[in-house]
Amino acid sequence: MTNQLQRQDRIVARVFVLPALAGLLCFVLLPFALAVILSLTNLRLGSPLAIEFIGIEQYRRIFTDTAFLHALTNNMLFALIVVPLQTGLALSLALLINQPLRGMVVFRTLFFMPVVFPLSLVSVIWVLLLAPGAQGLFNNLLEFLSLGVWQSRDFLHDTAWALPAIALTSVWQGVGFQMVILLAALQSVPQELYEAASVDGANKRQQLLYITLPQLRNALVFVVLVTTILAFRLFDQVQIMTQGGPQYATTTVMYEAVNAAFASQQVAKAAAMTVVFFVIVLLLTLLQRQLLKQERVVE
Amino acid sequence: MRRRTWLTSLTIYTALASIVFIFLLPVLMMVSGSLKPDARVLVDAGSVAGFIPTQMSTQNYQDVLTRVPFMRYLFNSTLITSTIVLCGLLVNSLAGYAFARLRWPGRDRLLLAVIALMIIPLEAIAVPLFYQVTLLGWRNTYLVQIVPFIANAFSIYLFYSFFLGLPKELEEAARIDGAGPLRIFFSIVVPNARPVFATVAILTFLTQWGSLLWPLMVTHSEAVRPLPLGIAAFYTLPPLQWGDIFAFGVMMVVPVLLVFILFQRWFVRGVATTGLKG
Repeated sequence: MTNQLQRQDRIVARVFVLPALAGLLCFVLLPFALAVILSLTNLRLGSPLAIEFIGIEQYRRIFTDTAFLHALTNNMLFALIVVPLQTGLALSLALLINQPLRGMVVFRTLFFMPVVFPLSLVSVIWVLLLAPGAQGLFNNLLEFLSLGVWQSRDFLHDTAWALPAIALTSVWQGVGFQMVILLAALQSVPQELYEAASVDGANKRQQLLYITLPQLRNALVFVVLVTTILAFRLFDQVQIMTQGGPQYATTTVMYEAVNAAFASQQVAKAAAMTVVFFVIVLLLTLLQRQLLKQERVVE
Repeated sequence: MRRRTWLTSLTIYTALASIVFIFLLPVLMMVSGSLKPDARVLVDAGSVAGFIPTQMSTQNYQDVLTRVPFMRYLFNSTLITSTIVLCGLLVNSLAGYAFARLRWPGRDRLLLAVIALMIIPLEAIAVPLFYQVTLLGWRNTYLVQIVPFIANAFSIYLFYSFFLGLPKELEEAARIDGAGPLRIFFSIVVPNARPVFATVAILTFLTQWGSLLWPLMVTHSEAVRPLPLGIAAFYTLPPLQWGDIFAFGVMMVVPVLLVFILFQRWFVRGVATTGLKG
């Protein structure tokens, strides 16, 4: 009887996992292996040349390609702006909302709302907010705040301002996501810790520094690394707001990869770029695991 | 704990209300701009008037419907997203169950493989996947926008961890009564696992509804393109009329907002669960 059940289990299990595993095999694992293989060839769609293995030639090419080097730098700069800004903002909002007051759910909902807005739509709205001259709200606001000293700029066509402008757009759309994760972490901090601390005479600031922040460590590590990975995935905003310009100022690794694969049919070169992208994501993920593991050892 | 005075509460409320107001200005601008004549939108955009519907008309909404195949985009987005969500729930929950409850050779090793696949984002495989579907002749279809996204490693992992936490007793009792795994799954496990189904559905829905990169790469005709490509195309379609663009935006986001308001709690819980990943 038991044997029969076990045999039945095995058959049923195979049927249960088959569709999912087949999907992952064909549409994740196979393309992933293909990315590595293709990046070592000279493949171009529609090219009459036979496919040849050319070793690490594509990698040598992309790492001497001005556009790609700009793209890598831009992704890092973007992460440097977005990660502290978005995490700091999300943490402040979470702390503000985590009050024992009525109606906080309403505020949480409103701050979370932009997360459900597609990035394509958000990008289009922000093009108008960042417009030059009298039509641009940001320009007018800065002029008003600086008592007329501020000179109107075309943020999205300015090599120095375009990337920070896209960063601001992204922070607006994404901050609610991080806020919700940090809020959930805040609400799981044991209340006794605060009670004990106030008995010991710790003030609000000390409680924040010595209880809240250490208790939020894992959530913060998670949020920071996820935001960094998102910064390297940057594509939609660039595609709609700037097309990588002006002069490579906002191009990104994904934007270059899509352009290579798509506009110039250079699949092999594009594959090499996505492999570089994956290595970055992998390193960030390993770093996260390491940081979280350390925490467990300390406990 | 010290009791809060009404003054501190008032301060917190005022601070939060002002932050929310500033934060949601872009949304206000979109909604009020969608109701104004096009010329008015640009005149108002740089000032407070941008957030107030100074002249009301539904002209922009009618313009959107005549200038672009909005209904077609909406239909495509709805078809693609709902098929992915529904098939994904079925396929990934079954796999999650097999990993959590059934005993079969190779299970633990395959589970580790699935968890490892979680870290591969779409962007890392988009190019070879593009090459693959080109070889298959799938470009510019619904199929190419649906099939690759049904099986999802993170969804399997979410189902797997939820099913592990369910009490085994009910399933064992049903098994002694002679119910097979399929029946146990649908009549006992699924009704007790609504939260994880909601979480996976919402996370999948959010990613797919906003997806731009993949449809941009693999489609070229309006007949199969979804809303994000629709607004990207509309934005570059001369003459640039902001009132129309905002009307498009409102119509694009209202379905998502309705779902969001109805299932608000699940959305937030779903996002909070992603924090458990890793």
